[in-house]
Order: sequence, then C-alpha cells, then structure tokens
Amino acid sequence: MKKVYINGVGSISTQRTFDNKAFLEEVIVYEDNVITVVDPNYKDYIPPAAARRMAKGIKMGMVASKIALADSGLENVDAVITGTGLGCTIDSEKFLGKLIDNKEEYLTPTSFIQSTHNTVAGQIALGLGCKGYNFTYVHASISFESALLDALSQLQNDEENNILIGGIDESGEQTIKIHKLIHHVKKEAVKSTELLNSGTEGAIFSEGANFFVLSNKKQQNSYAEIIATETFNTLSKENLPLAITSFLKENKMDIADIDTLILGNNGDISYDPYYHILSEGSFKNTQQLYYKHLCGEFFTATSFGFWLASKLLKTQTVPEVVKLNDLNNNGIGTVLLYNQYRGENHSFTLFQKC
Amino acid sequence: MNKGIAITGMGIISAIGNNVAENHASLINGRKGISRISKIDTIHKDAIMVGEIDFTNQELEGHLGLSPENNYCRTAMLGAIAAKQAVAEANIHDINAHKTGLVSATSVGGMDMTEKYFYDYIEQDTHRKYIEAHHAGDSTQKIAEQLGIEQSLVTTISTACSSAANSIMLGARLIKSGKLDRVIVGGADCLSKFTINGFKTLMILSDTYNTPFDENRKGLNLGEAAAFLVLESETLVKAGNKKVLSYLKGYGNANDAYHQTASSENGDGATLAMEKALRIANINPREIDYINAHGTATANNDLSEGRAFIRVFGENNVPDFSSTKAYTGHTLAAAGSIEAVYSILALQNNTIYPNLNFKTQMKEFQLRPQTELKEKELNTVLSNSLGFGGNCSTLIFSKNA
Repeated sequence: MKKVYINGVGSISTQRTFDNKAFLEEVIVYEDNVITVVDPNYKDYIPPAAARRMAKGIKMGMVASKIALADSGLENVDAVITGTGLGCTIDSEKFLGKLIDNKEEYLTPTSFIQSTHNTVAGQIALGLGCKGYNFTYVHASISFESALLDALSQLQNDEENNILIGGIDESGEQTIKIHKLIHHVKKEAVKSTELLNSGTEGAIFSEGANFFVLSNKKQQNSYAEIIATETFNTLSKENLPLAITSFLKENKMDIADIDTLILGNNGDISYDPYYHILSEGSFKNTQQLYYKHLCGEFFTATSFGFWLASKLLKTQTVPEVVKLNDLNNNGIGTVLLYNQYRGENHSFTLFQKC
Repeated sequence: MNKGIAITGMGIISAIGNNVAENHASLINGRKGISRISKIDTIHKDAIMVGEIDFTNQELEGHLGLSPENNYCRTAMLGAIAAKQAVAEANIHDINAHKTGLVSATSVGGMDMTEKYFYDYIEQDTHRKYIEAHHAGDSTQKIAEQLGIEQSLVTTISTACSSAANSIMLGARLIKSGKLDRVIVGGADCLSKFTINGFKTLMILSDTYNTPFDENRKGLNLGEAAAFLVLESETLVKAGNKKVLSYLKGYGNANDAYHQTASSENGDGATLAMEKALRIANINPREIDYINAHGTATANNDLSEGRAFIRVFGENNVPDFSSTKAYTGHTLAAAGSIEAVYSILALQNNTIYPNLNFKTQMKEFQLRPQTELKEKELNTVLSNSLGFGGNCSTLIFSKNA
C-alpha cells in the first residue's frame, strides 16, 4: 500500500483562509446564529460572466479547488471527488420557490441544472478538462469523509496518483429559516469565543468549501500524510471509546500515540457530550483543539477541520484560538480528528507529520 | 487476473413490479409501466407520461410497519422495500455479524416532502418532522435503520443519472480492498414535481411512450424506482456456501468534461467508461453478449451512446443491445441499479429483453436495438448509466467469477 500525502489546500471559510500564506494570525469574532464566508475576489479565478450565473456554493467550490491545485503545483488531477451534505441548496430553493409561486409556469432550466448535487464536481472537471473518475457523496456530516475514503483507497492501491477532493456546503435562505423553526440553528446570537459555553440547543449555521490535492507521491511542500478515515452511521456514547481504540489498533496505534485531538464541538448542549466523553476520558492528557467557533457548523465542516490539521502539521504551530485545553506538545506528530452531527454520522480521521 | 465480486441477493420495486419476479414477468411479456401520472398533482399531467409505482405513501408505510410519527420520504420507503428484498434473498439473518455496509444513491432524496410543505413549514408545525428528511443522506440512514445496520459504513452517492451504478462500483471496491465483508448497494428515487418541472424546462420529456434509439424519439418518461444488490466477499461466499446470482466483473467511471447537462456528440465519456470497465474485467469487447443501454430516448443521449458503442465495438460488431427505459421510464439516480437487476435477470434466464416502441432506425448510424424477446446463451452483460455533469458509468456482469 502506498502512502498518501496532502499536497495542496484551498479553503474558503468564515475566516480569511483563502490566503494560503496566512494561518489564523487574525481571527474574525462573530456574534450571530448564522454566519457567511469571507469571499475571495471570485473574479480573479472565474470569468465574470460565468461567475454571475453561479450560486455561491459553485463559486466557492470552483475557487477553493483552484487554490488547492495551484498550491500543489499540479496542472491537472486524475480524479475529482466531492462531498456535500445539502448540495446546491440555493439553486434548489430558487427553482422550487418559482415552481410553487408561479404554479409550474414560466420556469427556466438554469437553476434546475445547477441544483444537481454533482454540479461542483462536474464544473471542476469541465474547467480542467479532467475526464477521469468523478464522484459526489451526499451523506450529511460524513459527505467529505466518504470522498476522502474513496480517494485514499484509490491512491493507496496506486489506481490513481493525484486526486482533488473537497467538501462544499452553501447556506440557502429557506433552509436556514426552517432549521431555525426546529431549533437546529441556535435561537440566540452567540459570540464565537463563547460558543462552547452557550448552554443551549442547536448550532451556529454556516457554509464553506475546503479542497485538497491528495497524492501518493511526497513533495517538498507536502502538508502531512493521511493515514486513514472511518465513518459510522450510528455510534452510542458508550461505544465511542471502544470504536476509537479499534480504529487506532487497525492502524497499529493506541491512544498514547495521538499527540493532538481535534474535536467537532459546536456548542449544542444536547450533542457536545459526545466530545466530552473523549476530552474528559481517554484523551484527557492529550492536547485538544476545536474549530467550529471559527468556521461554524455545516455538513462538510470537517473539511475545515481537515484544513486545520494540514496546516498544523506543516507549520508545526498551534494557533492560540483553537486550543481546547492547556496541554502543549513538543511538536505535532500524529493528529486525530473526530466529528459527529446530532449524534449521527461519526467520523475519525488520522494524520501524521511527513 | 481479475476476479469478479459475488452478487448474492437483489431486490427491486418499479413501475413494472413490486419485486424481482414481477419485474421479470413484465420484462418477458413486454408489459410497460408507463401511464399518466396519478399521485402528483401537476399542470403537466396531460402533457407527460411517467413510470409510477402503484402504492401510495400510506400503503408503503403499511408495508414497512412504520409508526404514524415516522418522517420517511417516499424515496426512503421505496429504498427500504427493495433493500430488504435483497437482504432476504441473500439469506442474511444477522446483518451485523460481518462488516456490512450500505451505499445508496439518490438525486431526489426528500424533495417530495419539501415541495409539499415548502411554505407550510413556516405557517404551521404539523409537518416539520420532514425538514430533517430533506437531505439525500437521510433516506440512506433510514434504509440502514430498516436493515438494522449499525456502527458501520453507510453513505450516499449523487451523480445524477449514473448514481446507482456508482454506488455498485464503490461497493465492489470496498469489498476488494477488504474494508467491508459485504455491502448492500443500489439507489432509490421517487417522482417529484421538482424533477418533472426541471426536465420539462430542459424540453426532454416525451408527451407519449418513450422510444429509445428511434429516429423519431421525442424524449424521456420519468420514472420512480428503487433497487439494491448484495455484494459479498469471496471468503463469506465460501464460508456460507452461498448461492451466487452473478458476478460484478468490471466497472468504470469517466467524465465527459463537455457540458453541464448534455453528452458530447461523440460519446467520449461513455467510451472511456466502457473501455475502463472492459480493462478492469480484463475481457475483450467481443465477449460482451448483450448491452443494457442507458438509452433514455432523448435526442442527445441515444446519439452519443450509440456513437460510443461504435467506437468501443466497431460499427459491425456492436453486440445485441436494448434499453429497458420504455418499460420503467428513466428512474434517475436509481436507474443504474434497476438495470443491474435486469442485466442479472438476463444472465440468469439467458434472455434479452426487447427495446419496446422502436420503429425507425436512426439516420446517423446502422444500429438497431433488439426489439423482440430473444433467448440466447448469455455469459457477459454490459450496462451503461450516463448522467448530468458529464458523469458516465459502466458495469459488467458475468456468470463466471
């Protein structure tokens, strides 16, 4: 089995992460219950006429993928694999709204065409002229990890050499509105620095696109090695510690080998206890980090966690703002990322310094 | 030497039958499931025809024994019914006894409920339980729950009309790489106003029965369906001395990289997908005995796919082919798994199902689909699924490993 490396990253998030030279030196603090990304100048990457037709998620995805590809120094890839929990929500809402409002008359195809879940992956392939393997995963909070798992196995088995993967989700107005009604979005505005102390239900809804070039060849500028990822449709709090140790064991490691644990806490009082099981239990002596106060919650938010792990391992620095406890390491060697959303669709992802 | 992945169970619900036997009976009797739409109130009802499943949502809930509080969308219910049949045929009793995963595919997901309650959600709280059922992954979570799959790999693919072919492909790779011992793979899509109107704006819906590969084809009929296969590792098949229905021998996915919705005129993506699948199966194009074509009966698809056949097989050597879309309509994300079931049935019965409604050969080439039921020894069948976003997939099924 070949080793797999992260050779390029591109992040569009609610922080200024599209600039690959920066690493959270300046952090934007929000006080809201829905937050939106810091837009790069899309026109620097996409012809303005094309950009005008694209909903935000498509733009974010196209640009994040271009940043990642440029960062890797490659001109093309063998395959494109994306993950998106909700797909092209804005175009779906637009088409459906018009359909209902105009009683199925006067509809035009553009927003229907762009509402398809694989629009971003298709557009990237079209832009690159990439005729290779092209998949899109749409499974809630493991959409990105499904794309990762797929890429990882193809690269490990040397079926392909360079694969572009990414997680994209955009905020649709109606989607936000109805998720407020069922309290998946927090009722109140929360200051991002106080997210974990909110003591309330729901999360701060957000959006973003994070892309990566994965390769089975190490480069001088490689960020990290990616060892494994595993997902679970269900997992109880009681079974979580055992699932982690089995996952580590399969990768010939144990808890002591993990020097940094990155958790997906989103301040939802009902579901953060999953993370507490680890932070107060088997990993209490491990350096712990979190990130959803920076990027908000969306189905592919773990792709931001993946970006964080990549940057940590490459720069060997831990920004103060992501620290969850006071433990510090001498350097960062092995990182474990754990996430779940509303108690379902759990994922573990394991990285190593390269 | 490439070994095929064993298929030990299959299940299906479509406009031509509620299980495998009923689908087979309709296929051999030339009984199509295309009619006027009855379950969705749309202004296009007299202008289109669809492949609709007879059961109402209430009847489906009854079949599955769901409580009145359930929030299953129609896609999830159709999927659960087909997946349960597949697991039963594979004779699986303790689903978590081995590493068992589920890979489903959908494009509609819970859109049927979202379009019903889009404004209602805001006005009253009666139907808000369906808000969480909108996203595509939710239907798969529900199918997993119905099958009792826990703490395992459960995911969803959405690559438009090639989705279910891709879930079968991923499943095969998960078995090959040893990540799973067995996996239930397939797809489900229900009819919705959203897709009806979407395809209507693209002006590719026929106002009558669809006629694949016919010179005068007028477009597609949308359909709803779900189908699943059970794939198992060689070790499990041997240990359980299991009956193998057929083997998935080859698979390939490629992108046309030509246009967001249309296929390239020369069928680049389809050609690449078929070539990849033949390479993985390690067989010669001459060994393909029958092609179950994507054949949607749109002007663009049938021309592009036909040209791809010629590129892969040579104009005079294209194997017998037919599209079964005239029976079921185009079932979108489910089509790849519906046609996988039909390909396996073809192998099991040494029968090629006719391409219904064909009259006039297309002028661009000399290809004529198989229009009569034909019995012949079949060993290897190829099935195509081609979709939006240039997504092209091919699966090859074989009697032998």
